[in-house]
Amino acid sequence: MTTSLPPTTAAIRAPLSPAGEAPSAWKVVARVASTVWSNGKSRIGLTMLAVFVLLAIFAPLIAPYGASETGFDRSADASAAHWLGTTAAGEDVLSQLLYGARISIFVGLVAGLLSTVIAVLIGLSWGYVRGFGADVINFIVNLFLVIPGLPLMIVIAAYLSGGGIGMIIVVVVVTGWAWGARVLRSQTQSLRSRDFITAAVFSGERPFRIVFRVILPNMTSLIVGNFFGAATAAILAEAGLEFLGLGDSTVVSWGTMLFWAQNSNALLTGQWALLFAPGLCIALLATSLTLINFGVDGISNPRLREGTKR
Amino acid sequence: MTSTQAAPRGVDGVAPAGTSPTDAARTPSPALKALGYLGRKLGLFALTLWAAVTVNFLLPRLMPGTPADAALSKLAQNGPVSEATKAAIEAQLGVPTGNIASQYVAYLHQVVTLDFGISYTFYPQSVGELVSAALPYTLVLVGLVTVIAFVLGTLLGVLAAWKRGTWLDSVPTLVGSFLSAFPYFWTALLLLFFAGYVLRLFPTSGAYGPTATPNFSVEFLGDALYHGVLPALTILITSLGGWILGMRNTMISTLGDDYVTFAEANGLKPRTIALRYAARNAILPNLTSFGLALGGVVGGSILVEQVFGYPGIGYLLFNAVVNQDYPLMQALFLMITVSVLIANFLVDILYGVLDPRTRR
Repeated sequence: MTTSLPPTTAAIRAPLSPAGEAPSAWKVVARVASTVWSNGKSRIGLTMLAVFVLLAIFAPLIAPYGASETGFDRSADASAAHWLGTTAAGEDVLSQLLYGARISIFVGLVAGLLSTVIAVLIGLSWGYVRGFGADVINFIVNLFLVIPGLPLMIVIAAYLSGGGIGMIIVVVVVTGWAWGARVLRSQTQSLRSRDFITAAVFSGERPFRIVFRVILPNMTSLIVGNFFGAATAAILAEAGLEFLGLGDSTVVSWGTMLFWAQNSNALLTGQWALLFAPGLCIALLATSLTLINFGVDGISNPRLREGTKR
Repeated sequence: MTSTQAAPRGVDGVAPAGTSPTDAARTPSPALKALGYLGRKLGLFALTLWAAVTVNFLLPRLMPGTPADAALSKLAQNGPVSEATKAAIEAQLGVPTGNIASQYVAYLHQVVTLDFGISYTFYPQSVGELVSAALPYTLVLVGLVTVIAFVLGTLLGVLAAWKRGTWLDSVPTLVGSFLSAFPYFWTALLLLFFAGYVLRLFPTSGAYGPTATPNFSVEFLGDALYHGVLPALTILITSLGGWILGMRNTMISTLGDDYVTFAEANGLKPRTIALRYAARNAILPNLTSFGLALGGVVGGSILVEQVFGYPGIGYLLFNAVVNQDYPLMQALFLMITVSVLIANFLVDILYGVLDPRTRR
């Protein structure tokens, strides 16, 4: 544990030291990675995530059949040829599951990144400015926070019917950035009254540089945590929208698999694998991201590191 | 924490110049302060309400196409559509006429009088009738279960933070993070499959038996309760984890505060420190999350109601979306948003009661 303490202090000092003395980006990334890895829960999460990413990348090599390849027995139970059985349309469930990982991971990554970028831009500048501008942003963010996300998504998706994955990503980002912005704002507000910010102001730094080069590095764990949180929410929202049939139901994803399973009465035919597997994958992928976040908390807050007593 | 918020700010205009600036003379009475807090919150609530109502107005107008276009493109699949048919459909679906300002005035009038017209799907029932028939089910289901989940989750979170590092911490935290990753509809499907179809313990769809008619008799309420068990269980299972984790995290950071160390140094009983010192302060941020998470639970209940065919607001919204029933959809979205806004307003007021610092 003691070995992982230096990164924090370094991260705080780094932006204040002249550019030449700052540790290289790779060193910072390596330190962050080792801090996260040192947490037992995160280690489980990272391993699970790695397995999903590998399965998604190599889906064409691993999957026994194509994702939309039909012509097998319909609604068949598990067998040697089809480990998880087949769908009502005669597709291989295992192959669909492997290809489906690609959609979930893609949506999680893209939507998570986009909403984090928006949250950082808005949250940090909002936390730094004072006066009328801050009040206006406050009102808009609170409005987005209070309007229930999924109903808004459903309504937007209904108007943009048939937009596919791109539409889902846009909808998820539009409804999902506000939470991160608010969390990052409060942290910015508490940091801006610290001495090292006052020092930076007196040394004549421009506000833009103070916000993004001095304050931002101190919020690494919040930002990384926000990314994983946003990605989890995006994965769950995407699956929910597709389960309701509001996405492109011809795309093979975990959400559409469950949509077709429910519409083809898999409950009545007793195909538990078809019902069980896609949902379990969604839950496991989302859990892996949540678990990683336990270690992320420790990047800039040593108190939350595993094993340290309060 | 309190040290940064120095002496209470006086109302500068009120205190006459020249009087000695003692705290007593410059601080308005607590009742006046509470009233001011309530007034501010009420004003903000009204503004937010107006903004949400306006968003609901702008949303369809920002989107490409109109309801009539959707209906026409459906018709066009069967052959060319004549101008007369087009005009008839536009008139029937109430395609807005006039400029945006007069549309807005007409819309506000609709909202105030709660008259949202006739549903396309359930013609000739009015949107208002449909919504008021569905509302009680969702209100009771979501409201009751959310409160139970919040109380239970918060208690488990306190326990987890206090017994940090033991199994009382790791089990609820791990199970909680796994459960909160469950998609609502999947939990619902699993419960429906195992408890409904395989074990046949509970009914598989609806809010009451096929022969029952909604009333306030004991039999009907028992029947409704019986039908509500699985949907309620789904929401409880899926939302519990979030409360455990949230409370655990805020509790851990309050446990690190100086006043807790001071209480320990004074030799107070651990239970007293945990419940009366740390948990009392840790619950405040969680109360705000409670208001905000309500929107998420309402969203999740849409999926749950769809799986169980439970005739609440969510199931109605799903039907409206699938059938492109725009008047119903707009009214339901407004209904959901306004309910969540009101809940958040109440939480805000409660927060002000519990934490005197926010009233300043």
